[in-house]
Amino acid sequence: MNREQAGRLLQQHGAVMVLALLVLAGSLAFDSFATPENAASVVVSSSFLAIIAIGMTFVIIGGGIDLSVGSLFVLGGVLAAYGSRHGPLAALALPLAVCGTVGLLQGLVIARTGMAPFIVTLAGLLGVRGLMLAISDEGATTYLVEDRAFAALGQGELLGLSYPVYVTAGLALAAMVLLQRTGFGQNVYAVGGNEQAAALMGVPVARTKVLVYVLSALLAGLAGALNAARLSSGVTILGIGLELDAIAAVVIGGTLLTGGAGGVTGTVAGVLLLGVIQSLINQVGSLTSAFQQVVSGAFLALVVVAQRLLSKAQRLDTGGPP
Amino acid sequence: MDPVLEAKGISKRFPGVLALDGVSLALHPGEVHALVGENGAGKSTLIKVFTGVYAPDGGELSFQGRPAAFGTPLEAQRAGISTIYQEVNLVPMMSVARNLLLGREPRGRLGVIDAAVMNGEAERILAGYGVETDVRRPLRTLGVGAQQMVALARAVSVDARVVIMDEPTSSLEPREVATLFEVIRRLRAAGIAVMYVSHRLDELYQVCDRVTVLRDGRVAHTGPLAGLERLTLISLMLGRELDEVRSRGLTSFTRRRAGAGTPEPGTERAPEPRMERAAEPGTERVAEPGMERVNGQAPVVEARGLTRRHVLRGVDVTVRPGEVVGLGGLLGAGRTETAKAIVGALPLDGGRVLVAGLPLRGGSTAAAIRAGVSLLPEDRKAEGIVPTLSVRENIALAALPALARAGVVSEARIDRVVEIFMRRLRIKAASPHQLVSELSGGNQQKVLLARWLAVRPKALLLDEPTRGIDVGAKAEVQALIDELAAEGLGVLLISSDLEELVEGADRILVLRDGAVAGELSGDEVTEEKIMATIAEQPPEQEQPPERGRPGEPSRQGARPQVGERSHE
Repeated sequence: MNREQAGRLLQQHGAVMVLALLVLAGSLAFDSFATPENAASVVVSSSFLAIIAIGMTFVIIGGGIDLSVGSLFVLGGVLAAYGSRHGPLAALALPLAVCGTVGLLQGLVIARTGMAPFIVTLAGLLGVRGLMLAISDEGATTYLVEDRAFAALGQGELLGLSYPVYVTAGLALAAMVLLQRTGFGQNVYAVGGNEQAAALMGVPVARTKVLVYVLSALLAGLAGALNAARLSSGVTILGIGLELDAIAAVVIGGTLLTGGAGGVTGTVAGVLLLGVIQSLINQVGSLTSAFQQVVSGAFLALVVVAQRLLSKAQRLDTGGPP
Repeated sequence: MDPVLEAKGISKRFPGVLALDGVSLALHPGEVHALVGENGAGKSTLIKVFTGVYAPDGGELSFQGRPAAFGTPLEAQRAGISTIYQEVNLVPMMSVARNLLLGREPRGRLGVIDAAVMNGEAERILAGYGVETDVRRPLRTLGVGAQQMVALARAVSVDARVVIMDEPTSSLEPREVATLFEVIRRLRAAGIAVMYVSHRLDELYQVCDRVTVLRDGRVAHTGPLAGLERLTLISLMLGRELDEVRSRGLTSFTRRRAGAGTPEPGTERAPEPRMERAAEPGTERVAEPGMERVNGQAPVVEARGLTRRHVLRGVDVTVRPGEVVGLGGLLGAGRTETAKAIVGALPLDGGRVLVAGLPLRGGSTAAAIRAGVSLLPEDRKAEGIVPTLSVRENIALAALPALARAGVVSEARIDRVVEIFMRRLRIKAASPHQLVSELSGGNQQKVLLARWLAVRPKALLLDEPTRGIDVGAKAEVQALIDELAAEGLGVLLISSDLEELVEGADRILVLRDGAVAGELSGDEVTEEKIMATIAEQPPEQEQPPERGRPGEPSRQGARPQVGERSHE
C-alpha cells in the first residue's frame, strides 16, 4: 500500500479506527464502560444527533452547510407534540411537512439566487427559532405527547435498545445507498466537488442543492419528533446549538467541509465518537460534563488539522500537474 | 451532405462588445473542422453559443436540419453536442469511473448503481483511449493528460453527433496527442463532426479537414485546410499583411543564441517605450547595449542537487544574468517541479538553491521573491491571477511591500507602476480597474508577467508562459522574454512547445524522469536534438507503443500507458 492509498484510507475510515481504539481503551480502563447498559445509553443518546448529522452529511458533501437543523429539531419536537393530539399520523406528518417546507425554501433560495448557504440557513436558524417560540408562547407552553402509539415510537424497546436506534440505523443504511448507489448521490458528490464541471456534465445542480436541504430539514424534523416521543413532550430548550454538534460529527467523520468527499459511515462513527468521549468523561468521576465540550472541541481541531495534512500530503505525493 | 450543425448569421453582444457579428459556419458529418482565431476573435463565444451556454442575440442555429435553441449545456449535450473544455472539467475528488459515467451509471437490482459493472465498463472504455489505471482512484490523482483523456472519453461516449474540442492538447504529451488524433480519426470515420479549436498549427494540419478563421467576431476565412499555406493562415488570424508576418517569423524570438551578446537592434516591431524603470526608484536595472550577457557572469540562480522522492532526482540548474535557459522534457519529467523547487514552493528532500551566490532559505516563496526570483506558474487560473481583483491590484500585489513606506502604500506610486507596465506589456484592458477575470488569457498572462516584473526580479521562472494564449499574445510574450533577457534578467523557460524552446532559449536542459538527461547549447539547440535526448535510453517498460489502426481499440500490452504517475 502506498502513501496515497494509506492517506485515503485514513481520511475515509479514520473516525472508525479512532472509535475502535477509544472503545478498547475505555473497556480496559473502566469496568463500568463496556457494559451493555452503558453501550445502550451511548447509542440511544447518540441516535438523535446521528439522524441530524446524516442529513448534514449530504449538505456538506454537496458543498453547503445547514445551520438551521438545531432550530428545526426543536420545532419538529414542538410540532410533533402539538400534532399528537390528533393521532400518531399527525404527530409525524406535521413536523415533517413544516420542516420540509423550511428546507425547501432554504434550498430554493440557495440554489436559485446563489446566496451563501451559511447566511441563508443562519436566517433559517433564527426564523425557525422564532416560529417555535411563537407556537409555544415563548416557551411558556409545553405541549405534551398524549398519543400512546406515538410515544411508543420514542420509548418502545426491542432487545434492550429503544426504537429510535433502529430508525437511525435504518436511515443510515438508506442514506449510504442513496449517497453511494444512486444518481442523486453521485450528483451530490459532483456538485460539491466541482459545481461548474457538474453543470457541464449534465448534473441538475439546482435540483440537487434543493434536495439536500429538504433532506436535511426533514431529518432534523424527524429527529425532533422522535425526541418528543421519547420525552413525551415538545421540549423547547433542548437542541440549541445542535447544528454545531452535527457539523462537528460530520467533519470528525472525515467529510471534507469544502465538499465533494465524505460518507455516512464516517458520520455515524463521528457521532458515536462524540458519545463515547462523553461517556468516558462521565466515567472519570472527577471531571464534569463541561469537560466533554473541551475534549470534543480539541478532537475536532485535531481532525481538521489531520485532514489538512493528509490532503496536502496526497496532493504533493501525486505532484500535481507538471 | 447537409450540415449537422449550422450557424447562420449568429450575433452575440456583451456590454460594450459585439463578440460575434453575423457568423455563419457549417459543420458537416464526418469532418474535422478547425476553428482558429486570436483571443477575442469570438471562438469561445461561438462555442458557448453552440453548446447552449449563451443564447445568440441574432441569427439562427440549426442542428440536424432543424432550428435549434439550447437553453443549457445539458440540453445541447442531450441533443448530441459534446464539448471538451480547455481546463479539465470533471470532479477531481470523485473516482475516475464515476466521473466517466456520471449520469448514466449502470444500474443493478432495485435501480441502485452496480459499482463492479461500472468500474469494469469504465476500464473498458478508457482502454480505447490509452488510459490504464485503477478507475476507483480519485480523478485528481491522475496526471492532467490522463484526466483530459477521461474527459474526452466521457464526451464521446454519450451518443454525440458533434464533438467540440477546445484546446484539447494543451496539457497532453506528444504520445497522448497521437492517441487523441487516433480517436478523432475514429470519430470522423463514424460520421461524427468534430470542431477542433487549437493554437497549435501543426496539429491542425495533421488532423483537420477544413478551417474557419474568426477575427474580431467575424468569419475571416473558411475553406479546406490542405493547400492553405501556414503563413497565409497566420496572416488571416492576425489580420496582418503576409509580408509582415514573414518578416517576423513564426515565433517572435529575435535574439541570437548564447554568446551572441547584444540583442538584435531594430526588429520589425513598432518601437515600444523601453521599460521606463528609471522613473521608479530602485527600478534602474537598465539594459546596457553591448553588455556581454551570458559568459563569465556569476550565476543569478544556482540550484544544486534538487531532490524530492518520486519527483526530482538531483537536478542542477544554473541561470546567468541575461540568459534564457530552457527546460525541456515530457509531461511529468519534472520541469514544473524544478521551477517550484527553486522558488521554495515544493518541499525538498535534498538540494540547495543559491541566488546571486547567497543561499536561499527553503520552503519560502516570500524569501525567494525577496532574493529576486519569481515564478510565473503554469496554471494561471489556480495559481496566478486573483480573479476578483482588478488589473491594477493584480499587478501591484507582489510589489506592495516594495512600494510601501513604513507599511503604508502610496496609491500614486502604484498607479505609476501599473501604468508603466500596462503600456510596456501592451495589456489590453478597458482600464486599470477592470476585473482581471474579464481579460483574455493572453492579457491575463501579461498581467502576471507585470506583477513579477514590478518586484524587479533578478531571475524569472516562466512555466509555459504562452500556453493557451492566442498567436498574437504569444508573439508579444515571446518578444518580451527576449527584451527582458537583453536587459539582464535571467530567465528559466519551461515550454512544451519545442519550437518556442529552441528559438527562445540560449541553452536547454532536458529533463527525463526527474533528472537532467542532457544539456544542449549553441548549435545543439534544435528540436531534433531535444527529442533525441528525451528518447535516449527509454525508461524500462516504456517501449514505444504499437498503435492499433484507427477504429480499433489498442490491445492489451500494446497500450500506451497514460495516466499513471510513478509512485514507488
